[in-house]
Amino acid sequence: MTETFTYLCIGCPLGCRLEVDEAEGDIVEVRGFSCRLGKEFAVQEHTDPRRLVTTTVGVDGARWPRLPVKTTGTVPKALVREVCRALAHVRVRAPVRLGDVVIADVLGTGVDVVATRDLPTTS
Amino acid sequence: MIDASPRMLYERYDVVVAGAGPAGLGAAVAARQAGAERVLVVDREAEAGGILQQCIHAGFGLHHFGVELTGPEYAQRVLTEALDGGVDVLTDAFVLDIAHDRRVRLLTGEHGVATVASGATVLAMGARERTRGAVRIPGERPAGVLTAGLAQRLVNLHGLLPGRRVAILGSGDIGLIMARRLTLEGVEVVGVFELQAHPNGLSRNIVHCLHDFDIPLHLSTTVVDVHGRERVTGVTVAPVDDDLRPQAHRAWEVPCDTMLVSIGLIPENELSRQLRLRLDPVTGGPVVTSTMETSRDGVFACGNVVHIHDLVDFVSEEAALAGGHAGRFATGWQPPHDNVRLQPATNVAYCVPHTVTTERDHTVYLRVRRPLERSVLRLSTPDGRVVHERKLRYVVPAEMVNLRLRASLLEGFHGDALLVEVLPR
Repeated sequence: MTETFTYLCIGCPLGCRLEVDEAEGDIVEVRGFSCRLGKEFAVQEHTDPRRLVTTTVGVDGARWPRLPVKTTGTVPKALVREVCRALAHVRVRAPVRLGDVVIADVLGTGVDVVATRDLPTTS
Repeated sequence: MIDASPRMLYERYDVVVAGAGPAGLGAAVAARQAGAERVLVVDREAEAGGILQQCIHAGFGLHHFGVELTGPEYAQRVLTEALDGGVDVLTDAFVLDIAHDRRVRLLTGEHGVATVASGATVLAMGARERTRGAVRIPGERPAGVLTAGLAQRLVNLHGLLPGRRVAILGSGDIGLIMARRLTLEGVEVVGVFELQAHPNGLSRNIVHCLHDFDIPLHLSTTVVDVHGRERVTGVTVAPVDDDLRPQAHRAWEVPCDTMLVSIGLIPENELSRQLRLRLDPVTGGPVVTSTMETSRDGVFACGNVVHIHDLVDFVSEEAALAGGHAGRFATGWQPPHDNVRLQPATNVAYCVPHTVTTERDHTVYLRVRRPLERSVLRLSTPDGRVVHERKLRYVVPAEMVNLRLRASLLEGFHGDALLVEVLPR
């Protein structure tokens, strides 16, 4: 008994329609990809979907009150909201440099949350 | 490093660029590399980087830098390239006018009104969002109706939430991105309503921003009424028929305190109009040659001011082209004139550039009018002789098509116009 699952590839703007055939819990065929990354994405999305998280944290002493941040790698899709919740009350102080670690190993995922821009102190 | 405005202005620059977003900064760097010595970029915001500064999500840079970046990271890279490349970036300033001899009149916070001479200019003013007024939604005029991009600025830069329960009209990328952004900030997004039968944003945004958070996307549906005296209390939505007419008897009420509109961008062309540049009625931007020169000598253009891009990477590509040619123009080098007009035909809304030459390779950007699963891009002569064909997959209006048009493809072609079509196969 083979079941087909469909995914939309998000690796690039092409947006390939990916199909994964599964039989008795094993992937038996992947179709619809147009590059190696697409095939890997289909398998990944089927077995362990992961997402990069981008949000902001509070920052004092800078031009803007918010500092944009991202996870340095993907986290399990199910943890995206929890990562944002963990960052909700974080505040840092300017100056900040792009790449500065805001939270290391967030929620034990092994990835850090880092600043995605320089934010100098305002005079 | 973000605030690096020059303390003084020179009387003359080789190239002056209007707009310090990715288009303007990219053009400035390319102009320097092409031999222009003094290059000035002018931006009305307090910091350079353009709209990327508020686009905190990832997905930028894969084509241009070979790595996935967030908007602010992309902005910082191009700004660093510009400053390291010897470009002057003047923020908190505005280009008032460009005279026929290319003297540029500036209004600046620090220097007042100043006039500088330029050898060439580049228009890189970007785009602005269409507002509620552009689609004439009836109803009351309460607070709580704003564009998706304004909401993005409020949330990501100012740390302010626009509301607690939000409906989104239009499935443009900014609206989709904001659906996720607001959800992650604890706002309830009740749905995205799209007039067309197909989504207007990139497919990965549909997956990442809507599917991931179970936000409903209602296709062929639009907002027909807005309620609320002081503040939005809800909207009425209705499905539309094949002619996009709302079906009033099938309408339903959606309680919400905010409506975001994400219904497209319009090239910001006040300056282009003032300069009486030839404009393309479809793109809303200037008509450009294969060197990105507008209908006025020495005035170049690139980025969203020319046509709306879905990826900043292609803006950077176009900016390098425009800036390189502006730099060469300023230093006295003129390329051969274009000899072929590109004519959008079946299922092609527009092509940029509008003309090409058979002497060089080009990248032609085009947008289709209707989605097609399997299609073929065809270049042919007006009398029907096929010059070139390329198979395409899944073309949709929301995603730009890039055609690498090599000079060798046009070797046997001696006409002055090429029809560009995207047909089913």
